Amino acid sequence: MASVQLDHVSKRFGSTHVINGVSLSIEDGEFVVFVGPSGCGKSTLLRLIAGLESITDGDLMIGDQRVNNLTPQERGVGMVFQSYALYPHMSVYDNMAFGLKLEKAGKETVAERINETARILQLEPLLERKPKALSGGQRQRVAMGRAMAREPGILLFDEPLSNLDASLRVQMRNEIARLHGRLGSTMIYVTHDQVEAMTLADKIVVLRAGHIEQVGSPRTLYERPASKFVAGFIGSPAMNFMAATLVDATDTGCRVNVPGLGDIDLPFQARDVARGASLSLGIRPEHLQPGDPEGDNRFDVVNVEYLGNECCIYLDNATDTFLTSRVEAATPITRGDTVSLHLDPQHVHLFDSDERALARTGADRQ
Amino acid sequence: MSARAIKGALLTLGFWLMVIVLVVYAVFPFYYAVITSFKPSSELFEVGYWIDHLDFSNYTAVLTQGSFLASIRNSIIVAVSVVAIALLLGLTASYALGRVRFRGRTRVMMLVLGVSMFPQVAVLSGLFEVIRTLNLYNSPGGLILSYTIFTLPFTVWVLTTFMRQLPDELEEAAIMDGASPWITLTKVFMPLMWPAMATTGLLAFIAAWNEFLFALTFTLTDSERTVPVAIALISGGSQYELPWGPIMAASVIVTVPLVILVLIFQRRIVSGLTAGAVKG
Repeated sequence: MASVQLDHVSKRFGSTHVINGVSLSIEDGEFVVFVGPSGCGKSTLLRLIAGLESITDGDLMIGDQRVNNLTPQERGVGMVFQSYALYPHMSVYDNMAFGLKLEKAGKETVAERINETARILQLEPLLERKPKALSGGQRQRVAMGRAMAREPGILLFDEPLSNLDASLRVQMRNEIARLHGRLGSTMIYVTHDQVEAMTLADKIVVLRAGHIEQVGSPRTLYERPASKFVAGFIGSPAMNFMAATLVDATDTGCRVNVPGLGDIDLPFQARDVARGASLSLGIRPEHLQPGDPEGDNRFDVVNVEYLGNECCIYLDNATDTFLTSRVEAATPITRGDTVSLHLDPQHVHLFDSDERALARTGADRQ
Repeated sequence: MSARAIKGALLTLGFWLMVIVLVVYAVFPFYYAVITSFKPSSELFEVGYWIDHLDFSNYTAVLTQGSFLASIRNSIIVAVSVVAIALLLGLTASYALGRVRFRGRTRVMMLVLGVSMFPQVAVLSGLFEVIRTLNLYNSPGGLILSYTIFTLPFTVWVLTTFMRQLPDELEEAAIMDGASPWITLTKVFMPLMWPAMATTGLLAFIAAWNEFLFALTFTLTDSERTVPVAIALISGGSQYELPWGPIMAASVIVTVPLVILVLIFQRRIVSGLTAGAVKG
């Protein structure tokens, strides 16, 4: 069993709190991705699980065992580093066999395991080469092979793809996904690239300033963000936010006023919020559709980005609300046009002054 | 020929003239020593820059002296031991100073540097007492101890600088593989530190091989002397005769190993000396 339980785990460097009471449960075989802005503690959290940093407070369980004071090897974890950190003077084979040899595994066992690992990662023709004779993608695979060779129950990845160029990154992303399907081991992956997070994860953990902001499937995080921070962090181009004022709230929904867009009825439970309170309305670019200008609803098109499969339209209005809209590539809209904007109430997110998402009413509620 | 071409040719000529002057300045004394060593004593004071025939009488004279052979043996024992001890201690110290964070690390580094600033003469009498107390007087052990004291600061500093440049993730990868600090040091770091070790090792070797003051002070009998002292004490038939031939032959014998060593490690020395320089 290679499930991981974090129970109020904290880490302090001197007086700096890097991780603040993080509790998290990771199932056996799950692919979990830690995302967050730089400095949010995601790498530190990974290193705490790896055993490269000591835990200041709280319990870390792997399976049924408390592992706070065990070495990385005793924890049964393998790790892939951002810079690969291959041993430059050793061949690919020796790089992967280093850990096994230290475990005093028999020569046949070592050869068997390495050959098996090399076969999975298609490294067989490269076994005798030195790291400096390998390309970036190959080094990446060797680094994964080294982490896998001891057959740890948990594989940790610390931004493994950030040193690769864009096309190779997509390819390695796919390989990691396939590898996870094949090995079935628990994988914990740190990245600041939300595309990697969305495509790879069973479960995404969004971190902010040392605490967990939200945990959920990529779909949950995208469609039902629990806070304005998560809503703004997940998705590219980022979600639009507009200032809104609460006009009325009933059992079935609420009405808000948005400058430029007028009064809008939304399916949110806002009875606990005072009338006239300022809220934040969020809408993803693809749910914000332009039309012909009407009344106050006038937005100037500042820029149009043609992306081939779609266009991103950047908008501005008299009250300095900057918005992004995503439309089909064949749009006739060009820079300098004036358009109106229409949003689908089903896809609107509403956040209170504490940046927490308001609950939805009716069948839409989760 | 245009003026520019003439200027270029003159510059090239000037460059090579400078090179020749430098080479002659550096190599001529040694060259003359080699020539002298191959002359019989009767021709010693005839000035000549070429050798007509090789005469090995000086070499046989030196090498048939039992005490000179003993000196060479002592020199080898002392120099090799100093290199081995300095590298072992230097490597482990550099791991601690370069990799392990502890309070007062900078102060230790400064202390190490400070030690190397004492001139030999300043510690001579104190060290003499230490060696007497440790019962190492007139034995290679005393020289090994005193040379190591003066070699270690340099070794530790160079190796620490080098060690700090190795990426942290390399050590962490070794930790993930279950390596103890000793395994990390010997199996992961040491193979990467060969250039630095070759450089410091060779400089330590040369220092120990050439050292004179301690070797003269801490030894008493011919059988325990090292080569520099032995050469200085080669004497002729009377106090009015300096046996230049045997002295030159002995000098050549002890210089050749150094030249060979330097040639072997030449590339590594260069890369080792500059390795610490670029990224500080």
